[in-house]
Amino acid sequence: MKKEIPLLITFLLGTWMIMEFFFHNVPYVDQITETLTNGGMVIGAFTYILGVMNILQVNSNHIKHHNDRPFKWTLLVGFVAMILLGFSWGIDVDTPFQWMYNTVYVPLQATMFSLLAFYIASAAFRAFRARSVEATLLLVAALLVMLGRVPVGEEWIWSKLPDISTWIMDFPNMAGKRAILIGAALGAISTGLRVIIGMERSYLGGE
Amino acid sequence: MKQLLRLFGVLLLPAILLAANGDSPGPLFDYFRLNVFVAVVVMAGLLIYFFQKIKKNPESIFVRRIPGIDAIEEAVGRATEMGRPVLYVPGIDDITEIQTIASMLILGKVAETVALYKTPILVPCRIPFVMTVAEEMVRQAYYNVGMPEDHRPENISFISDEQFAYTAGVNGIMLREKPAANIMLGRFFAESLILSETGFQSGAIQVAGTAEVTQLPFFIAACDYTLIGEEMFAASAYLSRDAKLLSNLKATDYYKILIVGVILAGSVLATFGVDLFSRMLIIH
Repeated sequence: MKKEIPLLITFLLGTWMIMEFFFHNVPYVDQITETLTNGGMVIGAFTYILGVMNILQVNSNHIKHHNDRPFKWTLLVGFVAMILLGFSWGIDVDTPFQWMYNTVYVPLQATMFSLLAFYIASAAFRAFRARSVEATLLLVAALLVMLGRVPVGEEWIWSKLPDISTWIMDFPNMAGKRAILIGAALGAISTGLRVIIGMERSYLGGE
Repeated sequence: MKQLLRLFGVLLLPAILLAANGDSPGPLFDYFRLNVFVAVVVMAGLLIYFFQKIKKNPESIFVRRIPGIDAIEEAVGRATEMGRPVLYVPGIDDITEIQTIASMLILGKVAETVALYKTPILVPCRIPFVMTVAEEMVRQAYYNVGMPEDHRPENISFISDEQFAYTAGVNGIMLREKPAANIMLGRFFAESLILSETGFQSGAIQVAGTAEVTQLPFFIAACDYTLIGEEMFAASAYLSRDAKLLSNLKATDYYKILIVGVILAGSVLATFGVDLFSRMLIIH
């Protein structure tokens, strides 16, 4: 029974959500679906309490034993400070909470995002080395696409470059992209059905 | 037989809905979605057919080698030899996303392997819901291999639900804990290259996988192995070596043949001005 009941719940709820996609105008269907969805959201909200407990527990343990103490202190002090600021002055515009968010968090986030530019350059440098036929094809295609999308390519090198770039993106690239999408969609359907029908039960402790 | 009963159950539900329709206005079934319904029913039929077939004769199944999935075990072995942990990043989306569910199923198998090798596994999560599921998967894996005392719940952690705060946290783990293997499977967005490039700089062997077409090039450029789209969904079945689960891969392959047939037939018909297939396959 320890396995049968979770399997039955998974099966019934999974099947309900699939059927709800196809059937309309049935009494109570919308209400039941909404209740189920809200139930999921309520559980999700409660898991944030577990998340907060996890942050406090894991990081306070690291402060005692780990050599990355300064980072953990920063995290915990920031965490407690934001909670205190939020509860004391609220989170509206022109509150200390918003000031901290806009002057500390937003620039830090932008800094992380801007790292992407440097990482794209270093990853492209490795990926575009012509070590094999495939890598050479990638290099040539990438060069044509990049040159076709900047004014230098069209004005100074060859006026047909934008057309070649568009053709590469619309035909060979799109064909590959769609093949991946079809495969991924089938994999997603297969995984979903596997769990709903009860073939995949490793989450219950394997078989 | 059980599977057939379940399929019967799936088909019974529409009948109940039909009976409950009563005097409700408008059509009960959304005929604009009939093509999707047929596609799902055909997929379910294929899954059950191959499941029954392979259950009778488990030796009959052949599944091609998928280097990316084989590399997961290799990566865990390398981490064990180096005495360093394995980092498992389950993507940044919620548990309602099928890629995250697939990632959790793979995490269960990976955790069983690390438990056997007595190698620590670190799982930083962006969504607390995912963290609770990940902790349960890892705990169950340690129980499955008979080593529950080795499970360290504090290794499955919640970092932050803000995308780049989470990215910074995971980068910190990569640079300070120096995991020997980074396994990144799930749904990723702009952080994919930041994570994989940091992992590359830290010298870890990296296996990544996602069905996000826009992020795949970044993983391919920066990681040692990449599971492309469907390979990620196949990974949990492949790692289980269970013939019954592997039957799913067979069903998916045959479905692909069917799709290729439909595309070819549609192309030929469209060439002669018959747009039957293209109208039939429109999804509303």
